[in-house]
Amino acid sequence: MLFRRNGRQKQNVAHLQEDSGPQVVIDVQGVAKTYQMGEIEVNALRGISLQIHRGEFVAIMGPSGSGKSTLMNILGALDQPTSGKYFLDGVDISQAGDHDLAVIRNQKIGFVFQSFNLLKRTTALRQVELPLIYASKAGNRHERARAALESVGLSDRLHHMPNELSGGQQQRVAIARALVTEPAIILADEPTGNLDSKSGTEVLRIFQQLNRERGITTIFVTHDAFIARHTDRVIMLRDGKIVADKRVESPLMAGEVERPSEMAELEEIFRQTYDAPRAEFT
Amino acid sequence: MAAFWESLRLALDGLKANRLRSALTMLGIVIGVTAVIALVSFGQGVQDFISAQFESLGSNLLFVFSSAPSGGRLGDIKLLTMSDAEALTNPLLASSILRAAPQFDVFSLVVSGRNEKTISVSGVTPAYQHVRGWEAQFGRFIDETDILTSARVAVLGTTVVRSLFSDGTDPVGQTIRINTLPFRVIGVMAQQPSSGFADENEVVFVPITTAQTRLGRARQRDGSYQVSFITVQAVSEAGMENAASEIASILADRHDVEYRDEQDFTVLSQSELLSVVGSITGLLTVFLGVIAGISLLVGGIGIMNIMLVTVTERTREIGLRKAVGARHRDILLQFLIESVVLTVVGGLIGIGLGFLASVAGSALIPDLSLRVTGGSVALATTVSTVIGLFFGIYPASRAASLNPIDALRYE
Ligand SMILES: Nc1ncnc2c1ncn2[C@@H]1O[C@H](COP(=O)(O)OP(=O)(O)O)[C@@H](O)[C@H]1O
Ligand SMILES: [Mg+2]
Repeated sequence: MLFRRNGRQKQNVAHLQEDSGPQVVIDVQGVAKTYQMGEIEVNALRGISLQIHRGEFVAIMGPSGSGKSTLMNILGALDQPTSGKYFLDGVDISQAGDHDLAVIRNQKIGFVFQSFNLLKRTTALRQVELPLIYASKAGNRHERARAALESVGLSDRLHHMPNELSGGQQQRVAIARALVTEPAIILADEPTGNLDSKSGTEVLRIFQQLNRERGITTIFVTHDAFIARHTDRVIMLRDGKIVADKRVESPLMAGEVERPSEMAELEEIFRQTYDAPRAEFT
Repeated sequence: MAAFWESLRLALDGLKANRLRSALTMLGIVIGVTAVIALVSFGQGVQDFISAQFESLGSNLLFVFSSAPSGGRLGDIKLLTMSDAEALTNPLLASSILRAAPQFDVFSLVVSGRNEKTISVSGVTPAYQHVRGWEAQFGRFIDETDILTSARVAVLGTTVVRSLFSDGTDPVGQTIRINTLPFRVIGVMAQQPSSGFADENEVVFVPITTAQTRLGRARQRDGSYQVSFITVQAVSEAGMENAASEIASILADRHDVEYRDEQDFTVLSQSELLSVVGSITGLLTVFLGVIAGISLLVGGIGIMNIMLVTVTERTREIGLRKAVGARHRDILLQFLIESVVLTVVGGLIGIGLGFLASVAGSALIPDLSLRVTGGSVALATTVSTVIGLFFGIYPASRAASLNPIDALRYE
């Protein structure tokens, strides 16, 4: 059992669900983002509105350039929208100053990147301690970092440098770093994008367990439909707009369902394309 | 506070990781601080040495020089003469004056056998040895008869003996030539404990009358004989001030000085002379200090340059730190601490080297006791901290103002 149950938090969630349904933690209203590239304006987001409730497990999908990263950066308080409002825990932070945004990033949000973004020549333990250094009440940094690494299954890699870890292990260090401040929300921009499918599944399993056992609201970007099938909800972006926002009927449990083999997928495609035109030929 | 210690630790780690670069970066500061420490201790040592020298001259002394009147008009300046010196010992007019020793120096070539030396030969009177409290160790000093007869006799200092009689012959009774004239050596002075700057043992004494008539042209149009300066000994320490005013009034009378700005002589006490010399060495110290300061400035610019490079190299790290919650001031502090660590470590190395330099200086010149004072250490530490802050602020604020997204995307 790698995960400790956070009893208090579960209780709170249960309590809220009883009287008014789960609380809205992220409320985005008509958010647009325009980048100025010299003469040209790039409309990365064109009016996004969405609400995410406490404890949701959400996948964001969409073709490359559709604005997924831009949206994630705004949700993560790393960037600010050109227009529109973003209520985080009921507070509009679309106009917040740099200092407030830094405090929000530190206390409310854990961000995981596609490229891990670990510090060079720094042990896993110190990587994970980093957010606590900038926290107002850090408590015992060592112990908390150690516990976070333990919860991602890296208690035997505390003193390893990034170049001594596999890609999957590096991403798990990054997740521990996002986790250590006990944020209510974890955001991950293509966290499995740089990983092989086995490490990807391991990372997914960690996200799923964090979500189920600690009630951490989790939003991540993926290109992989099979991975998206493990979430509660899939939001589809195209050209800076939401084109689909669907619930997943019965989310898969990471590692329990075998990824369909390439052969099986091919056969599926083959079967479909074969079926339809056959009638025409006859 | 956690961020402060983290930054300090990070800065020291960075210093260790890039040893060569850090060393080169700190070089300017190291050189500057070494210069400050060494020069200050050198200046202090010279000042100490000079005051010790003046104290060893003898006690309760005043020095009288000819000087241009402050009112201008060099034309009718009267040089100090033998009769001026005699007048200063008139017990009726100068009750506070014990002795007056006139001196007339002539730069001359001194030859003995195959050895020769160009040196300032001092014409003196017997009063000299009493005023200076310095006597002949072998043979005798110049006496009244030598003065009256303008005798061609000489008394040598030990350094001169060593160079003219390098074969070890007893100089007393030997004949030497001063500006081709033969002089009989009648005595050798006791060794003066000094070396380094002005070797007091490098002297040749002859009767003042001999120097004035045979070595130099001291005779004035009115028939009196010029002297270079007069050393006056007051009767007591308490009588110094009275002696000075007696000298001034006697000479003013003799030189027809009606107003103070016509005064064509200067009276300096030992302590005044010391402060004149002190102001010169002080000026020298300031000058050297400016040079050291320029080197510190150059060092500071080097620090700024390297810090700018560091900020660029570590853009992604800065982005990540901001992404996990580092505020503007956290990043600012981190890079300021790095530059201050560079300059302070450089400063400490400089203090160490400056200390070694002054120890080496003391060993080379035994008469100079070079001390590194707490004051100069404090000064060097403060200055290097300030340089670190001053030249670190621009790179640090550049780092702190980076936008996290752009910084994370930086290749
Ligand atoms: N900093 C930027 N400056 C200019 N254009 C940008 C910037 N960041 C993203 N874009 C543009 O915004 C659009 C959306 O980009 P992004 O959010 O990264 O898409 P995704 O993550 O879905 O691939 C793209 O057309 C991209 O070129
Ligand atoms: Mg992207």
